[in-house]
Amino acid sequence: MSRRRTWRSLPVVHQLRQSVGLQRGMLVTGLVLTGLLVLTALLAPLLAPYGYSQLRDADGTFGAQQAPSAEHLLGTTVGGYDVLSRVLFGTRTALFVIVVAIVLSIVAGVLLGLVSGYLGGWLDRVLVVIADAVYAFPSLLLAIVAAIVISGGQSSLVGGVLAAAISITVVFIPQYFRVVRAETVRIKSEAFVESARVVGTGTWRIMTRHVLRNATRSLPLIITLNASEAILTLAGLGFLGFGIQPTAAAEWGYDLNRSIADVTSGIWWTSIFPGAAIVLTVLGLTLVGESLNDLADPRLRSRRRAADTPPPADVAVTPGGGLAAGTEGSTP
Amino acid sequence: MTTATQDPAPPATPDAPAGRRRRGGGLASYLVVRALLIIPTVFILVTTVFFLMRTTGDPITAALGGRLPADQLAERIREAGYDRPLLTQYLDYLGGLLRGDFGTTLSDRRPVTDVLVTYGAATLELAFYSMLVALLVGIPLGMVAARLRDRYPDALLRFFAIFCYATPVFFAGLLLKLVFSVWLGWLPVAGRVSTRGELQLTRGDTHTGIYLIDAISTGNGDLVVEVLRYAVLPSLALGLLTAGVFLRLVRTNMIGTLGSGYVEAARSRGVGESRLVRKHAYRPALVPIITVIGLQIALVLSGAVLTETTFEWRGLGFQLGQYLQARDFVAVQGIVALLAVIVALTNFVVDVVAALIDPRVRYS
Repeated sequence: MSRRRTWRSLPVVHQLRQSVGLQRGMLVTGLVLTGLLVLTALLAPLLAPYGYSQLRDADGTFGAQQAPSAEHLLGTTVGGYDVLSRVLFGTRTALFVIVVAIVLSIVAGVLLGLVSGYLGGWLDRVLVVIADAVYAFPSLLLAIVAAIVISGGQSSLVGGVLAAAISITVVFIPQYFRVVRAETVRIKSEAFVESARVVGTGTWRIMTRHVLRNATRSLPLIITLNASEAILTLAGLGFLGFGIQPTAAAEWGYDLNRSIADVTSGIWWTSIFPGAAIVLTVLGLTLVGESLNDLADPRLRSRRRAADTPPPADVAVTPGGGLAAGTEGSTP
Repeated sequence: MTTATQDPAPPATPDAPAGRRRRGGGLASYLVVRALLIIPTVFILVTTVFFLMRTTGDPITAALGGRLPADQLAERIREAGYDRPLLTQYLDYLGGLLRGDFGTTLSDRRPVTDVLVTYGAATLELAFYSMLVALLVGIPLGMVAARLRDRYPDALLRFFAIFCYATPVFFAGLLLKLVFSVWLGWLPVAGRVSTRGELQLTRGDTHTGIYLIDAISTGNGDLVVEVLRYAVLPSLALGLLTAGVFLRLVRTNMIGTLGSGYVEAARSRGVGESRLVRKHAYRPALVPIITVIGLQIALVLSGAVLTETTFEWRGLGFQLGQYLQARDFVAVQGIVALLAVIVALTNFVVDVVAALIDPRVRYS
C-alpha cells in the first residue's frame, strides 16, 4: 500500500494520473517520444547498419549523395556517410549534450542562486545584474561566444561534444539562478529557517538542508523545457559550423548545414531525416514540459468535468481521458 | 519557452488614495531608472564578451595561426596592438565603442561599423517581415484556440504551436525551399533579389538598404513584386517560429480574461460568445503581447542568424556566419556587441510602453 503511494507521488507519474483528456494525450505522446529517444540512443550500435563515420564497407566506398536504396535505406550524404546511421547515432550526441548541459547548469545555477539569495548584499546585486544581462541576450550568440572560448578557435581542441554541451550550459545558468534565487529569498524569511538559525545551525547547513529542498521544487519544469532548448541550440551551433566534426560524433545540425546545397539541387534525403530527428526530439521533450507546466497551473489544468456544456461530439476527441481515476490528483 | 507561461496579470499592488499625486512622479523616475539600467547591461555584455574572447589568446593567432611563420605572426600581433597588457586593450576597446568604433575586421579589413551599416538594414527588413507574419498568424489563431478551448481545433492549434517551436528555423527554411522553390518552382531559392534587380536597386545613391523601400522608390512595380517574392520564404521560416510563441501566449491570456468577472458579467447579460471575445476579452489579453514582442527580439535575432545562413540573405546573421567560418573574431565581437546594444534598447522601449499602458508595472 505504502509502496504504491510512493510510486504515485513520483514527479511524472503523479502528473500522468492527474491529467485528463487532451492533456493526458499530450503528456503520453511526449513521454513516448522521449522514451524512443533514450532507447535509440542506448541501442544505436545495434540499430544502425553502419558506423556514423563509416565511408566504405566490403564492397567499396558508399559514394556521395546516393538516393535511398536497399543498402542505404535513407541514402548517403554529400560527405559519403550513411544517412540512417548518422540519424540514429545522432540521438547519442543529443542525449549526452542534454544530460551534461542540464547537470552542469543546475549545479552552477542552483549553487549561485542559493548563495546569492540567502546571503544577499553586494554579491547578490552584482550576480542579479549579470544574470539579467546574460538572460536577455540571444542564446545562440552566447553559445557561439562560449564555443569560441572553449574551443579556443581550434575546433578540435577539447572533445567537440563536451565543448558544445558546456557552451549550452552558459545559456542556461541564469535561468536556474533566477528561479532558485527568487525562491530562496522567499524561503529565508519563513519560520522554519528562522528557528534553525535561532537553534544555532550554521549558514551552510541551513542553505543545504532547509532552503535547497524547498527552493528547487519548480526545477523539473525548467529542466524539460531546457532539454528541448539544448537540442535546438546544439543544432544551431552545428548548423553554423561550430559543432562537432563528422568523424568525432554524429550531429544533426552539422548534417543539415552540409545539406543546404543538396536541397537546391532537389536532393531531399540528406536534410529531411536529420531535420525530422530534431523535430521529433524537441517535440517529445516540449510536450512533456508543456503538459507538466499546464498541470502545475490550476487555471490551465483541464477539469475532469468539461467546462460549460460541451457539445456531445467532444467526447470522441478526448482519447484516453475521462473515466480513469477519481480524485487522487488532488490528494497530496 | 518560459515567456509563454507568464502570469497574464501581475498581482496588483495596493495603492493608497494619497498615492495619486505621486503617480506621475513614479512614472518619470521609473523611466529614468530604467534608462540608466541600459548602461550596466550593455557594459556587462560587452565586457564579458571581450574578456571571454581573449581568454583563449589574441584574434590574429586564432585567424592566422599555423598559416603564417611565427615572426610574421608576431609582427601582425604587434601591429594590431595585441601584445599590450589586456587592461590597456580593454580600455582602448571601450573608448572605441564610445566613439562608435567597433574595430576593423581581420579577414577583409573593413571597419566593423561599415559592415553593421551595410548589412543591418537587411536583417532589420527580415526581422520586420517575420514579426508581421508572427503577429498575423499567432494572434488570431491564439484567440480561436482560447475560444474553442479543449476542443479539437484547440488541440490542433496547440500542437501546431509546439510544432513551430520544435522545428529549427533552418530546417523549416530548408523544407520550404525544397517544396516551394525546388519542387513547385513558385518562389526563388535564395538571396534577397536577382542580380539584375540588385543593380537597379543600388544604382541611385539614395538607397536605404531596405530593398522594399528602395524598390518602391524606383517606381518599378515588377521590382517590388520581385523583392517581395524573395522575402516570402525567409519571413515565413522565421515568422512561424515566433508565431507559435504568440499563439500560446494569446491563448493562455484569453483563457484568463474569458474567465474573469467582467466577462462573466457580460456573458450573464446575454452577450454572445464571439462578441465576448471580440469586444471584451481580447484587449486585456493583448497587453502582455507587447512585453513579449520585446522578449522575442532576442529569439528573432538568434533565428535571423540561422535563417539568413539558410537563404543566403545577406544580413548581419549571414555575415556573422561567414566571419565565424573565417575565424575573424574581431568582426564576431563587433557584431555581437552591436546586437547586445539592440537587445538592450528594445527591452527599454518595451518596458516604457508597458509602463505607459499598465500602471502596476511601475511599482513592481
